[in-house]
Amino acid sequence: MNQLMGQFSHPDSDAVPALECRNVGRTFMIKKGIFAEKQPLKAVQDVSLQVNRGEVLAIVGESGCGKTTLAKMLLGLLEPTTGEILLDGEPINSVSIKDIARKVQPVFQDPYSSLNPRKTIEQIISLPLKVHEIGSQASRRARVEEYMRLVGLPKRLIHSYPNQLSGGQRQRVAIARALIMEPKIIVCDEPTSALDVSVQAHILNLLQDLREELNLTYAFISHDLAVVEHLADWVAVMYLGRLIEFGKAVNIFNDPKHPYTRALLDSVLTPDASLGLPEITLGRGLPNPLTPPSGCYFHPRCPEASDQCSAEQPALIKNENRLIECHLYG
Amino acid sequence: MSSDTVLEVENLSVDIAVPAGTLHAVSNVNLQVDKGETLCIVGESGCGKSITSLAIMNLLPRKATLAADKLALEDRDLLSLSEAQFATLRGDRIGMIFQDPMTSLNPVFRIGDQLEEVYIQHGKGGRKEARERAEFLLEKVGIVAPTERLSQYPHQLSGGLRQRMMIAMTLMCDPALIIADEPTTALDVTMQAQTLNLLRSLQKEFKAGLILITHDLGVVARMADRVMVMYAGRAVETGSAEEVFDMPTHPYTQGLIDCIPVPGRTEPGSKLGSIRGIVPALVGDLDGCMFRNRCDLVSDACRSGDIGLIEISAGRAYRCHLSSDESKIKTSVEGAV
Ligand SMILES: Nc1ncnc2c1ncn2[C@@H]1O[C@H](COP(=O)(O)OP(=O)(O)OP(=O)(O)O)[C@@H](O)[C@H]1O
Ligand SMILES: Nc1ncnc2c1ncn2[C@@H]1O[C@H](COP(=O)(O)OP(=O)(O)OP(=O)(O)O)[C@@H](O)[C@H]1O
Ligand code: SF4
Ligand code: SF4
Ligand SMILES: [Mg+2]
Ligand SMILES: [Mg+2]
Repeated sequence: MNQLMGQFSHPDSDAVPALECRNVGRTFMIKKGIFAEKQPLKAVQDVSLQVNRGEVLAIVGESGCGKTTLAKMLLGLLEPTTGEILLDGEPINSVSIKDIARKVQPVFQDPYSSLNPRKTIEQIISLPLKVHEIGSQASRRARVEEYMRLVGLPKRLIHSYPNQLSGGQRQRVAIARALIMEPKIIVCDEPTSALDVSVQAHILNLLQDLREELNLTYAFISHDLAVVEHLADWVAVMYLGRLIEFGKAVNIFNDPKHPYTRALLDSVLTPDASLGLPEITLGRGLPNPLTPPSGCYFHPRCPEASDQCSAEQPALIKNENRLIECHLYG
Repeated sequence: MSSDTVLEVENLSVDIAVPAGTLHAVSNVNLQVDKGETLCIVGESGCGKSITSLAIMNLLPRKATLAADKLALEDRDLLSLSEAQFATLRGDRIGMIFQDPMTSLNPVFRIGDQLEEVYIQHGKGGRKEARERAEFLLEKVGIVAPTERLSQYPHQLSGGLRQRMMIAMTLMCDPALIIADEPTTALDVTMQAQTLNLLRSLQKEFKAGLILITHDLGVVARMADRVMVMYAGRAVETGSAEEVFDMPTHPYTQGLIDCIPVPGRTEPGSKLGSIRGIVPALVGDLDGCMFRNRCDLVSDACRSGDIGLIEISAGRAYRCHLSSDESKIKTSVEGAV
C-alpha cells in the first residue's frame, strides 16, 4: 500500500515499490549569452511515479522532455531540486553511494562512447567491484567470467578492447558491468537505439531473460513504442518535463487517453505495407522549455484544446485505471 | 528507358581502398526510379546504402572507385559528365536530403540566403524570384512566418524545422530525383510521421522520383512503392512493398522482419526472432553468398561461386540459390550476436 503519494497514488496500490518518485523536479540554470541573466529551465517538474519490484516501467516522450534527467535522478547521479526519490522505501540521499550502486545500475544508449576504449573487457566489467573494493583480484576475475557467460559474451573476449567488439557485444559488456554489483534495479536509457534491428532483438531477448532469471526491476527509456509495448508493464508518458499519463502498458496501448499519448501512438509506423502514413493533426510548434506555454503545456499543439487549456494547468488526477493530466478528464 | 524513368542504374559497383585492402562497398546493384515513384533502400548499418546514393550524386569519398554499365538521369549519361557538369546537376535535377541537415546547411549564412543561392546559382532567376520561391516552399513545408524564419541562422532552428528547411531547399529548383538518406532518423516519432507525410505529398505534387534510404522497416512499409533490401553491398531482395513485407523470400529479409516487435503480431514479452552472427568483412576476394555465416538454410552450394539474383517477376527478385519455396524459414533459431 502506498498512502503517501496522496492524490497521486499509484493506480495499482497493492504493489511494492522498488523505486519511487514523489513530486520530483529538476531545474537547470541556463545562461543564454555572456551578459545574460541565468534563466531556470525546468527539465523535470513534479513527477510522481513508482516502479514495482520485478516489473518494467517504460518512460516515453519526445526528445528533451526530461527522460534522461529523470533517469539520472533515479540512479542517484543527479540531485532533484524538489521532491524526493525513495529507493526500497528509503530516501535516496540518505543511502550511501556504495549502497545505491548495489541496488540500482545504469545501461546507457551508446555502447560506443560509454565504454572506455583503453580498458579491456575484464577491466570494464569489474570496475564497479574495484571502485567499491569488493573481492580479491581472483574472485573478481571469476565474477567477470560468470557475468560474461550470463550475458552471452564468449570468454575469449575477456582481454579484448571495446573497438574489437560488435555493437551488440559492447552493449552486452555494458549490461554485464551493470549486473556485476547484483543490483535489483536496472535503469536503461535507450539501450538499443544505437543498434541495428537484428542486434536489438538479441539485446531485448537478453533483457527479458535476465529479468526472469534475476527477478530484476527495470526503468526503461525508449522512443520506440513498439519496443515499449513489447517489454513494459507500466508506461509513463512525459511532455516538457511533466508526467502527463501513467498507467499499465496494456491500458495505455489499448486505450490512450491524453491527446499527446494518442498522437504518439498514432505516429508509430508498423511494418504493414497495406497501410499508408498516419495523418498526425498535431500543431508543429515545438515548445521552448525556457518559456513553457501557459496553462497546459501541450495546448499550442493539442487538437482538442479549449480556452480553459491555455489559462489553467490541469492537475494529474486518477481516472479509472491510470493517472492523466488533461482537462478533458478533469 | 521509358519517358517516365528518372534514374536508371545498371551494375553499379563501388570499391574503397582501405588499409587492409579493397573494400567492396557496393557490388552489382541495379536500380530504376520512375517519376513520382518512391524506391526505399533498406538494410543494416554498413550494407552500402549511403555509398550507393553518393555514387549517384558523384560525391564518393576520394579513395572510392566506381564502375557501372549505366548511370542515367532522365536522358543524361552521368558516367560521361565532368565534376563541373555534375555540380550544376546537383541541387537542380538531383536534390539530396541528409540525416543531419547541418551537412547541407552552412552555419554562418542565413537560411534564406542559402535557399535563394541554390536558385540563383542554377540560373533559375534573380534574387526576387528566388525569395518568392523560398517563401512559397516554406509555406508548403508547413513553416509559419516564413519571412522571419528565412532571416534566421541554422542553429536557431530546431531539428524538425531544419529538416523542413532541407526539404524546401531540395525543391528550390525542380528536381527530377530526390535522394533522402535517413531523413527522419533524428526526429521524434510524431515529427517523423509529419515530415514523411510532407515529403510524400510534395514528391507526388512535383512528380519527382524519390530514393528513400532507411533502416526503419516501418518507414519502408508505409512509404515505398518499391523496395530494395541490401546486405553486404548487394541487393538481396527487390519487389513492391507488399511483396517484400507480405512474402519476404530471401532468408535475410525474413529474419529482419522477424526481429522487430510488431504490436498485434508479436506477443508482448515473447521471444523475438533474431539473426545470429555478424556481417562479414567486405575486404578482399568475396565468393559465395555473403549471408551464409548467418543463414539457417546454408549448404555447400552457398559457399562458393556467384549467387545471382533470381527474378520471380518483373522488378521482383531475390539473391539465393534456393527456390522461393525452399528459401522459407519456418522457425527462427537463437544465437549469440
Ligand atoms: N546538464 C544540463 N544543463 C542544462 N540543461 C540540461 C542539462 N541536462 C538536460 N538539460 C535540458 O533539460 C531538458 C531535458 O533533457 P533530457 O536530456 O532529460 O531529455 P530527454 O527526454 O532524455 O531527451 P532525449 O530523448 O533527446 O534524450 C532539455 O531541455 C535539456 O536541454
Ligand atoms: N570513407 C570511407 N572509407 C572507407 N570505407 C568506407 C567509407 N565510407 C563507407 N565505407 C564503408 O563502405 C561500406 C558501406 O558504407 P555505407 O556508408 O554505404 O553504409 P550504410 O548502409 O549507409 O550504413 P549506415 O546505415 O550505417 O549509414 C561500409 O563497410 C563502410 O564501412
Ligand atoms: S488540457 Fe487541454 S490542451 Fe492540454 S492535453 Fe488536455 S485538452 Fe489538450
Ligand atoms: S544462398 Fe545459401 S546462405 Fe545464401 S541466403 Fe540462400 S540458402 Fe542462405
Ligand atoms: Mg535522453
Ligand atoms: Mg548511411
